[in-house]
Amino acid sequence: MMDWLLAPFEYDFMQRAFLAALIVGGLCSTLGTYVVLRKLSFIGDGLAHASFAGIVIAYLRGGSFWIGAAIATIVTALGIGFVHRRANVSLDTAIGVLFTAAFALGVFLMSRSTRATLDLQSFLFGSILGVSRDDLFIVLGLGFIVALVIGALWRPLLYTSFDPVVAQASGIREGLVDNALLVILALTIIVSLQLVGIVLVAALLVTPAAAAAQLTKRFVPMMLLSATFGIFASVAGLYASFQLHAASGATIVLLATVIFFVALGISATRRRQRAA
Amino acid sequence: MNAVEVRDLHVRYDRVEALTGVSFDLPEGTALGIVGPNGSGKSTLLKTVAGLLLPSEGSVRVEGMAPRRLPPGTIGYVPQIEDVDWKFPVSVRDVVTMGRYPRVGPFARFSPADHEAVAHAIDALGLRDLADRHISELSGGQQQRTFVARAIAQQPKVLLLDEPTTGVDAATEEQLLELVRGLVGGGLPVLMTTHDLDRADEWFDRLIVVDRKILADGVPDEVLDSGAYAGIREHTHTHGHRR
Repeated sequence: MMDWLLAPFEYDFMQRAFLAALIVGGLCSTLGTYVVLRKLSFIGDGLAHASFAGIVIAYLRGGSFWIGAAIATIVTALGIGFVHRRANVSLDTAIGVLFTAAFALGVFLMSRSTRATLDLQSFLFGSILGVSRDDLFIVLGLGFIVALVIGALWRPLLYTSFDPVVAQASGIREGLVDNALLVILALTIIVSLQLVGIVLVAALLVTPAAAAAQLTKRFVPMMLLSATFGIFASVAGLYASFQLHAASGATIVLLATVIFFVALGISATRRRQRAA
Repeated sequence: MNAVEVRDLHVRYDRVEALTGVSFDLPEGTALGIVGPNGSGKSTLLKTVAGLLLPSEGSVRVEGMAPRRLPPGTIGYVPQIEDVDWKFPVSVRDVVTMGRYPRVGPFARFSPADHEAVAHAIDALGLRDLADRHISELSGGQQQRTFVARAIAQQPKVLLLDEPTTGVDAATEEQLLELVRGLVGGGLPVLMTTHDLDRADEWFDRLIVVDRKILADGVPDEVLDSGAYAGIREHTHTHGHRR
């Protein structure tokens, strides 16, 4: 029994995956607090899809998927910020057009090569086997950068999320803060791709924070709760996926969803008690 | 020295000219009222002084500089309608605390002076008993006081208020009047739009009448006795909510 329980930890690749899950779960759900409060979940989903074009191009040219994904995602993130501010197109529409186009480009290029189709499908749904030693260092490095930026900018990020107009009037560089958020959002998504996959990463950004929002009306507790949920869902989900022989990303997201509905239930019960 | 200097200001939205050739000064320690009909460009004028809009022509100088080049925290701005998400997870104290954010650097902790400025602003607006309430649990007047308190906690060099008395209860209006006069007495320059002509002489040292351009500029009583006032009165009776 004990052997069965501890089995996942005996493999090097699983140890690396657990460490990656810890970082990815923490980052996504912490940043997710801003994503939920700013209603950016669609952008998170879109950025993840846009990364696919970069990954496929990098693969076909024999380059590192990290660099391909980073270029595609950051360029798209800043492009969206620009289009939103300058062009006469709603944000929804711009995202709907540009991100799906980038994803389609990735699928188009991939589908022309059988080998690519087999190798790249793991990015769509995540694969714990994919986390190499080098990958883990990159996850750690990028994770550190994202954590540093959140640490430096959490106050201006909070102010511009709540009241961008007055924040700007009072001298906070709103455009700079917005772009910084988009870039760290892009980095977080890239870091999460191997474990959770393109299709499911948005859930890890949104679901833990949405669950936390059900339970508290204050910002800092919301962020801490969200991080707790995100880390728990990622690590426990990864463990369950090993035992159940299931895809890691899907298991993690399903577990996060269960947490969300439990939080929803608690919040509804509280409201009913207050009304009674 | 003038805290605000506006020279031959033109502001265009697309092709419509919202302000055309506006010039005025706001000296330190002065409350300057801006009156005019709806759509006269009052809010546009305030937003341009706040650096939220850029002049198409002419110039705005605040403390001798273009608004967007000012050190963070210089301008305190309270917009007419706070278009915020009332479900956002912040209490009254959290919102007032944001007033200090422009002055606090990355990674820096709040200093005793920061905490004191927040506490002082909460007291000055009579919000102490409401400080831990969530913003969705406030009345309109309490919400307005919270946003004014945030601007006060910022300790700005210039305070811009866009119709702060519209839609608030009489007690809040009285509180705001007392607060503004106290701040002006302490040397703060205040620029404020209003619909309330009846009490203009209590609020302001000077009054300007704006309808895309400046129609009158002077001591409140004189401005209101001049012909410019009559024209505005027609408008505010039809569009505004003058008491």
